[in-house]
Amino acid sequence: MTNTINLNLISGRSIQQGVAIEGGKEKPLYRTAAGIIEMDVSDFKKLGAWKSSNVRVTSKHGSVIVKAVETTQGPHPGIGFIPMGPWANAIIDPNTYSTGMPTFKGVPVTVEIAMNEPVLLGIELVQKLCGVKVS
Amino acid sequence: MSEYLIKNGHVFDPVQGIKGDKKDIAINDGKIVDKVSSGAKVIDAKDKTVMAGAVEIHAHIAGPKVNLGRIYRPEDKLFSCTPTKGIERMGGGASIPTTFKTGYEYAKMGYTTAMEAAMPPLFSRHVHEEIRDTPIIDEAAFPVFGNNWFVLEYLKNQEIENTAAYCAWLLRATKGYAIKVVNPGGTEAWGWGLNCLSVNDPVPYFDITPAEIIKGLIEANEYLGLPHSMHIHPNNLGNPGCYQTTLDTLKIAQGIKPKNKFGRDQVMHLTHTQFHSYGGTNWGDFESKAKEITDYVNKNKNITIDTGNVTLDETTTMTADGPFEHHLTGLNHLKWANVDVELETAAGVVPYIYSPNISVCAIQWAIGLEIALMMKDPMRCYITTDHPNAGPFTRYPRVIKWLMSAKAREAQINAFKHKDKVLSQSSIGTIDRELSLYELAQMTRAGPAKSLGLSAMCGGLKPGMDADVAVYNFNPDKPVANPEDIEKAFSRCAAVFKSGVQVVSNGDIVSNGQKRTLWVDVKVKENPQVMRDINEKFIKYYSMTQNNYEALGHHFVPNPYAIEVDATQ
Amino acid sequence: MTKTITDVICPFCGTLCDDLEVVVSDDGKHLLEVYNSCVIGTEKFLHSQAKDRITRPRLRQDDGSWKEISYDEAVEYSAQMLAKAKKPMMFGWSSTNCEAQSVGNEIAEISKACCDNTAATCHGTSLIAVQDIGLPSCTLGEIKNRADRIIFWGCNPAHAHPRHMSRYSIFPRGFFTGKGQMSRKLIVVDPRVTDTAKMADVHLQVEQGKDYELLDALRVAFKGEWLPDVVAGIPSEKIREAADLMKSGRFGIIFFGMGVTQSLGKNHNIDEAIAVTKDLNEYTKFSIMPMRGHYNVTGSGEVFAWQFGFPYSVDLTRGFARYNPGDTSTIDLLIRGELDAMFTIGSDPGAHFPISAVKPIANMPSVCVDPHLTPTSGVSKLHVPVAFNGVECGGNCYRMDNVPIDCRKVVEPPEGMLTDEQFLIKVRDRLKQLKGVA
Repeated sequence: MTNTINLNLISGRSIQQGVAIEGGKEKPLYRTAAGIIEMDVSDFKKLGAWKSSNVRVTSKHGSVIVKAVETTQGPHPGIGFIPMGPWANAIIDPNTYSTGMPTFKGVPVTVEIAMNEPVLLGIELVQKLCGVKVS
Repeated sequence: MSEYLIKNGHVFDPVQGIKGDKKDIAINDGKIVDKVSSGAKVIDAKDKTVMAGAVEIHAHIAGPKVNLGRIYRPEDKLFSCTPTKGIERMGGGASIPTTFKTGYEYAKMGYTTAMEAAMPPLFSRHVHEEIRDTPIIDEAAFPVFGNNWFVLEYLKNQEIENTAAYCAWLLRATKGYAIKVVNPGGTEAWGWGLNCLSVNDPVPYFDITPAEIIKGLIEANEYLGLPHSMHIHPNNLGNPGCYQTTLDTLKIAQGIKPKNKFGRDQVMHLTHTQFHSYGGTNWGDFESKAKEITDYVNKNKNITIDTGNVTLDETTTMTADGPFEHHLTGLNHLKWANVDVELETAAGVVPYIYSPNISVCAIQWAIGLEIALMMKDPMRCYITTDHPNAGPFTRYPRVIKWLMSAKAREAQINAFKHKDKVLSQSSIGTIDRELSLYELAQMTRAGPAKSLGLSAMCGGLKPGMDADVAVYNFNPDKPVANPEDIEKAFSRCAAVFKSGVQVVSNGDIVSNGQKRTLWVDVKVKENPQVMRDINEKFIKYYSMTQNNYEALGHHFVPNPYAIEVDATQ
Repeated sequence: MTKTITDVICPFCGTLCDDLEVVVSDDGKHLLEVYNSCVIGTEKFLHSQAKDRITRPRLRQDDGSWKEISYDEAVEYSAQMLAKAKKPMMFGWSSTNCEAQSVGNEIAEISKACCDNTAATCHGTSLIAVQDIGLPSCTLGEIKNRADRIIFWGCNPAHAHPRHMSRYSIFPRGFFTGKGQMSRKLIVVDPRVTDTAKMADVHLQVEQGKDYELLDALRVAFKGEWLPDVVAGIPSEKIREAADLMKSGRFGIIFFGMGVTQSLGKNHNIDEAIAVTKDLNEYTKFSIMPMRGHYNVTGSGEVFAWQFGFPYSVDLTRGFARYNPGDTSTIDLLIRGELDAMFTIGSDPGAHFPISAVKPIANMPSVCVDPHLTPTSGVSKLHVPVAFNGVECGGNCYRMDNVPIDCRKVVEPPEGMLTDEQFLIKVRDRLKQLKGVA
């Protein structure tokens, strides 16, 4: 029996994500930097997950596998942070409410343990979700 | 095709004293010449008015505050978009036209040279990028000096030579043209939310008065012998009773003689005089003091002015007088933008509606016209709207109509909701003077060119000068049936030449020409102290390095025209 | 031997540091060291010379593989695509220089395209707010020299603008701020205890998405009026303390970021933050400044504005410029299926747009101009690599406070590679031929 927790998802910059994008989004470092969800210690306990294990994060708009890591910018119980990038954008709210700006911050999500599911690389994830044939 | 003959037009040229005689104007290779070969292309100017291209001495058309106005006023584009058409790029903006539209609109009215009135030095690249993207017209930009920390510190110690050396350095670094002063001292005070409303209010911390700043910069300007004089927007703009501050400012020029090799006779240019000619103590007893101001300027020949005519439009105010704009948003509660610029200046932007139903606006309209009609020497008074502050420059034809037709003025006065107040608080109702075409040419061509030190180059039709020529569908021999015909004629030229290239034909743009950016290159004696001070301030206080400050590079000033000044004597 | 180039401008974020020093080989071909930059800037410069760099355009084949083609063939594809499309989008522009942006505008005008920049996912909502209420602001040097109250609202410069605090906002000793950090009080508003918040004198850990309420409460607190016990998760005493701290300063600044532009409320959040700033100007001197992301998104906005009249989301499809965020914005256009061609340059919508807006890009003719491999290049039909602007070519850029700084070229690009501007000029000239335009 595994738990599912509800979090409020926000996405944004991190310095590691910044370094990774300049290094090349095709590289594994990008996945290490942005294919993660930073969670508060209390949320890890509720979920019953191991730190640095993979989780499935699901919203009304999509679902993605990322690695759950303990936040270094907490405490922020109830908030999950996925750095800006294709993993976050697989699930954030595209609704712009007529402003042109999607809702990158403040998306209700569920998080469940997915220890054996892989986190895809950045370009790979986008190509898969868009159905792009890759040889 | 570089030979043209503009045949049979009625020529008005104050440089040669031609007052409407039928004369041919010959153009060859970019210049006015005595005659051309039979192969010249003929432009028929029969029954038309021919003048040199007009010279705009003060407008806000290029730079950060202009663009901030564009960005924050999408509504300014609502009904004023022009599509791509032939060689014309698309354009938009009623009070703040986009850069392409700015060039086209000026050219279509016969303007061939324009001065960007205020350039914050830190942003000079931005000003030059917009100037580069404004087709046809030659342009120059005036860096602002009146709140600059170097200037405040040098003038506090009365170090004119150091001030002059710094001014020369800044003109080169920014590719600037003249010493512009806006709300001296007050805009530095605005860095703390304060202001200087009289010429004697000391600037916080720097402890120097606006009077000392003004005097010092006049002296620095004459020390250098620059083509233009110190160009000033005095303290206390726009407030009832401000005319007194204006007189205090003008008096500072008393007794100072111009020193330059450019034919300039003035040591101070007072800009948008209308905004500085207010009497009364509040908006209720607000009245015109145009007479007091023009009396003074009429008597003191070392001063030139421009009018700043209100055109009764919805427009956008923008000025380096930051505290004034904060004050204005407090009055009309329209959106306010502000930018304080480190070590140098500030700017503010607020939309404004000059409604003919508001008595103050109507009196402002009257004041602008009074100034033009009460000035005795048209070579020392130039027509502007301080675009876009008192109105868009595209309204010049309307201003010309009001100045040339008492009947048109009367019709406007009769249309005012508070006509009685306009008549009692100004003397516009008593003036029946109508400008002649010759006077118009003085006030829009020869006069501004002379004030700017450009009289050898433009503003006239003497052989040897640049072939900047405007042909208007206006027949001086026919009495004016309807004043609206004046406005129509001056809105769209039959033909316009810029540096010998035909750019307008029948009101349409036919060439982008090859516009130049004018700037002043002053040679001064080596001044290690000033260089050290510049060095130090960049290291300690600026947010940019000294090596990154100067607007170098072809992409900013692709076609520079440097006016050289030797101030090493 | 080597030579050191000083006063180099870093082409990453809106901080636009201009004090970098780059050491290059004598022949100007190899970049060896970078000094003074943050870790992201360092990576940008050093990675530009990576051995696995793509140096020629490549066209996606039907079987999903890439075929290398020449720049001329890439020009042809791009020009044909733009000429044939009924409603193409030219998106991005934020990581290239103003000269390239200007050529791009010419192309958009000729091909009657829509054009947009990364403000779409960044400070676009700030621009909407500025268009409603205005913007009292200043240059970064004013902060350095005068500011004694610094507020970071919904932004995390420690991560996103790493040298901002040391160059401008917290640590510098300016003319009137000789005591540096000691002259200043820092307030951070953020739902997380970010690395920036850890440095704050006051951290208001606002309930995520409730910034509007907190901003409004501050405006009430300025006037000393009644407040509920808790607003947006912050006790009213703390709100009043923060309000008093702001009012008691000589010169204050609110820096704000995605925390308020991207969460619900969006432009209304910014509107309220600007209103707070305006209110404070009744008591003291206060300014507000958006923390712009890309190093030249500001420049793209400026060039759009002086040429077309609007700062982003510009629609030129009718031959004159129209602007209506929500209608003419890229993400809305993509999701509504209104675009039939996508030209991306100087940005990565593939990574930074919601996936439902990326899927249409994968299904239409698309060009991606980018020196890197990105999710955008991964779904586009044509990938055109170019020289790194700010490293391998110079050009004007605008800092987050709108100050223009001319980026420098420090090394040669790889043999035969074009710059953005050079590629765009070729596309423009070919497009003119196709359209029969002078």
